[in-house]
Amino acid sequence: MPYFLHRLRHAVFLILGVSLLAFLFTTLTPGNYFDEMRLNPQIAPETVAALRTQYELDRPMPIRYVHWVLSVLHGNLGFSFAYNGPVAPLLIVRARNTLLLTVTAMLLAWGIALPLGIWSADHLERLPDRVVSWGTAALLVIPDLSLALGLLVLAVKSGKFPTGGMVSLNFESLSFLGKAYDLLSHMALPVVALVLSILPLLVRHARAAMAEALDAPFLLAAEGHGIPRRALLYRYALPAAANPLISLFGFSIGTLLSGSLLIEVVMSWPGLGPFLLEAILARDLYVVIGGVLLSTLFLVGGNFLADLLLLWADPRIRMESKD
Amino acid sequence: MKTDERKENMQPLLKVENLMKSYTKWKLTGQPEQVRAVEGVSFSVCRGNTLVLVGESGSGKSTLAFCLACLERPTSGSIWFEGTDILKLSEKDRRVVRRQIQLIFQDPASSLNPRWTVMEIVTEPLVLQGSLSRAEMTSRVHALLDQVDLSSDVEEKLPSELSGGQRQRVAIARALTLEPKLLILDEALSALDCSVQAQIANLLVELQDSLAMSYVFISHDFAMAAHLADEIAVMSHGRIVEQGSAGKILKEPKSTVTRELLDAVPLMSFSHQAPEF
Repeated sequence: MPYFLHRLRHAVFLILGVSLLAFLFTTLTPGNYFDEMRLNPQIAPETVAALRTQYELDRPMPIRYVHWVLSVLHGNLGFSFAYNGPVAPLLIVRARNTLLLTVTAMLLAWGIALPLGIWSADHLERLPDRVVSWGTAALLVIPDLSLALGLLVLAVKSGKFPTGGMVSLNFESLSFLGKAYDLLSHMALPVVALVLSILPLLVRHARAAMAEALDAPFLLAAEGHGIPRRALLYRYALPAAANPLISLFGFSIGTLLSGSLLIEVVMSWPGLGPFLLEAILARDLYVVIGGVLLSTLFLVGGNFLADLLLLWADPRIRMESKD
Repeated sequence: MKTDERKENMQPLLKVENLMKSYTKWKLTGQPEQVRAVEGVSFSVCRGNTLVLVGESGSGKSTLAFCLACLERPTSGSIWFEGTDILKLSEKDRRVVRRQIQLIFQDPASSLNPRWTVMEIVTEPLVLQGSLSRAEMTSRVHALLDQVDLSSDVEEKLPSELSGGQRQRVAIARALTLEPKLLILDEALSALDCSVQAQIANLLVELQDSLAMSYVFISHDFAMAAHLADEIAVMSHGRIVEQGSAGKILKEPKSTVTRELLDAVPLMSFSHQAPEF
């Protein structure tokens, strides 16, 4: 139990630190949202000054930070200048769209990577393994951006997939199945792009972890006791290979919100990516900080989940955490 | 009846003939290169006897051990175990025979599954049989732990909670679970402290007496060879350069490799005072 408290304290400090740094960096960048207005001759300087006072932009940074933290504790993430409304509802809708994409892609990627990595490690240094290694190396070399653009080209040429957005214009008039199909066809390209961009890393980790486990003397001993190959792979090697993979899984949960930003922008998916990009360019302060904070929450949550899974999977860690 | 018994005793338990193992190493230029680890080794081990294979590191001892335990497939040659050539058996039949040949590894820290309790480790080879009840398993484990002089309260512990000597005892108990006729000990004592080495060596001698097992003991250490061996074979560069009864080799080493290895033993000069066998 002290293990949990320790981890929890760690997480709280991390989130506080990240929020402070995010606040500091976004505030220290020159200019703010209302600077553009000053250049506009139709808006009186008094109006701009009044807006700045209204949004507390003229007050010192520490006071603004404390005010912001207090309002976050009350469940209010701040105010968006551009959308003229509270940040939280805006963020939640965008985060939902992003998660729809990334959770699907992550599940698919792990579902493909684990069996592929195990299979590759089982055939180490033989033809299937070499094919997998070359394939993942090739995917690693191709930048995500060209991958996404290539898929878009394919979509345009074949005309089978929509090239952007999340739903068609007539979405509301479709039946339930029609809606599902429409959404899926819009999801297909970005999901494929995401899967292809995370797959090689996962496959390589799974392969390396399994290959190391399969080489362990206790596995050779089990082979010597006449345990069949299948059992060796799944009952012996897989649990032994699990620890690094569980940590990687926690990390991949951490990237759920931030991992697809680029692909969302390129494929115009209405998720956090384009939203945050816009907010950064416009210096929409609290939207940016809110986005960073949400990503941090996922990272911390993912790592915490990985710790729990490790505790469950490895009796050695369970033993240590008792002390 | 009597002659049959004698005949069985005469026939060696393990007979290795002209065993070769080579690996293909790929050069940077993409050309294959054959690395010969074991080059035509022949020897035999009688029931209840101990053969110690001595040699410096890199002489092919461990490769040989892995071939004998069916963990590596030799390139050519034959391994006769109780009169059948195990290399000619089908995969399924070999799995049955190999259970009677058990390998003890050098480092007990890595040869025991670090996530399993001693109980799970020792009963692991029995799981395949599947016919034992939980109570039978427990009593079996207690008997096995007793055989290797471990108290039964270690059974719920993880290998990381045990000392090196205890771990190697657990590894031996696990091997005994299958009631093997042949134990191959690949440098099984060299990862242990000196005093623990002696304890485990004595345990091995006791077990051999009570269970009539044969040992192939692989070592670089002539002092341990002198303590355990009925027969000694000296390996160098994948070949056996000298073999014979332990007393003979220790008293009158013929090859230079043997002499060099004997000279490497601290404070023991066999040419002056031969130990009793």
